[in-house]
Amino acid sequence: MALDAGLVGRSYPPSAVYEVGREKIAEFATALGDPDPVYRDPAAARAAGHPDVIAPPTFAIVLSLGAGNVVVEDPEVGIDYSRVVHGEQRFTHHRPVRAGDRLVATATIDAVRSVAGNDMLTTRVDLATEDGEPVCTTRSMLVARGTA
Amino acid sequence: MTLRLADVEVGTELPEQVSRVTRADLVRYAGASGDLNVIHWNERVAREVGLPGVIAHGMLTAGIAVRAVTRWVGDPGAVVDYQVRFSRPVVVPDDDTGAELTVRGRVAQVGEDGRVRVDLTVTSGGEKVLSLARAVVALG
Repeated sequence: MALDAGLVGRSYPPSAVYEVGREKIAEFATALGDPDPVYRDPAAARAAGHPDVIAPPTFAIVLSLGAGNVVVEDPEVGIDYSRVVHGEQRFTHHRPVRAGDRLVATATIDAVRSVAGNDMLTTRVDLATEDGEPVCTTRSMLVARGTA
Repeated sequence: MTLRLADVEVGTELPEQVSRVTRADLVRYAGASGDLNVIHWNERVAREVGLPGVIAHGMLTAGIAVRAVTRWVGDPGAVVDYQVRFSRPVVVPDDDTGAELTVRGRVAQVGEDGRVRVDLTVTSGGEKVLSLARAVVALG
């Protein structure tokens, strides 16, 4: 069944606070095979002009995956997750994510489309500090194959 | 050392980056990212859903690809926008060699505001695995 165009603009309640830790950033950088000291060494990060270690440009996926699940699990969206593949991903950084950040993720349905029998669902997740400073906006496009 | 705006122009090529992704890397990335999707570690399930085998997380490929940009710039904090389209899965064989990923980049746009767009070409085994892979960096 094709996704309902009326879902566009639907927003979900903000997530619980996620506290970004130095060890988590280092673990993520190691998983990418990236030895850059700016991800691990606070002194190196400060020398590069950051207040603490920063996260790799794709780190926000850790938060947006979780926040995006509220959309996928919304029965009114009704997407068949067993047929879903990740189609596109975008990160718009207002500033780097860094250790010590206390972030809140808010998910919104940005677009739904049906093309060639596939449903496409674009979810935007806005990451901001608990004080409301915008940090990163992620957009994930999921493709449900053969459901439209 | 951070790259300066004066050092780049449209057409500037980034150093080519070649890396390998093994099954162990997929396990490590699954743990670090929290993406435990079975198709990234279980051959049986991957084949059952019509894949040629265990495939790399798209976001692992994307994360490795953008390293070519952050290394070139010298400060990962300079990346203000990064987008990718996952056009073909990277099949990771069950051996110690894994899959090869080759990343090439070229400056496509230099804005007066110091924003530089780099278009990436990411291939595995000669096939393009990401399309519309673009990073925008803010340079001083």
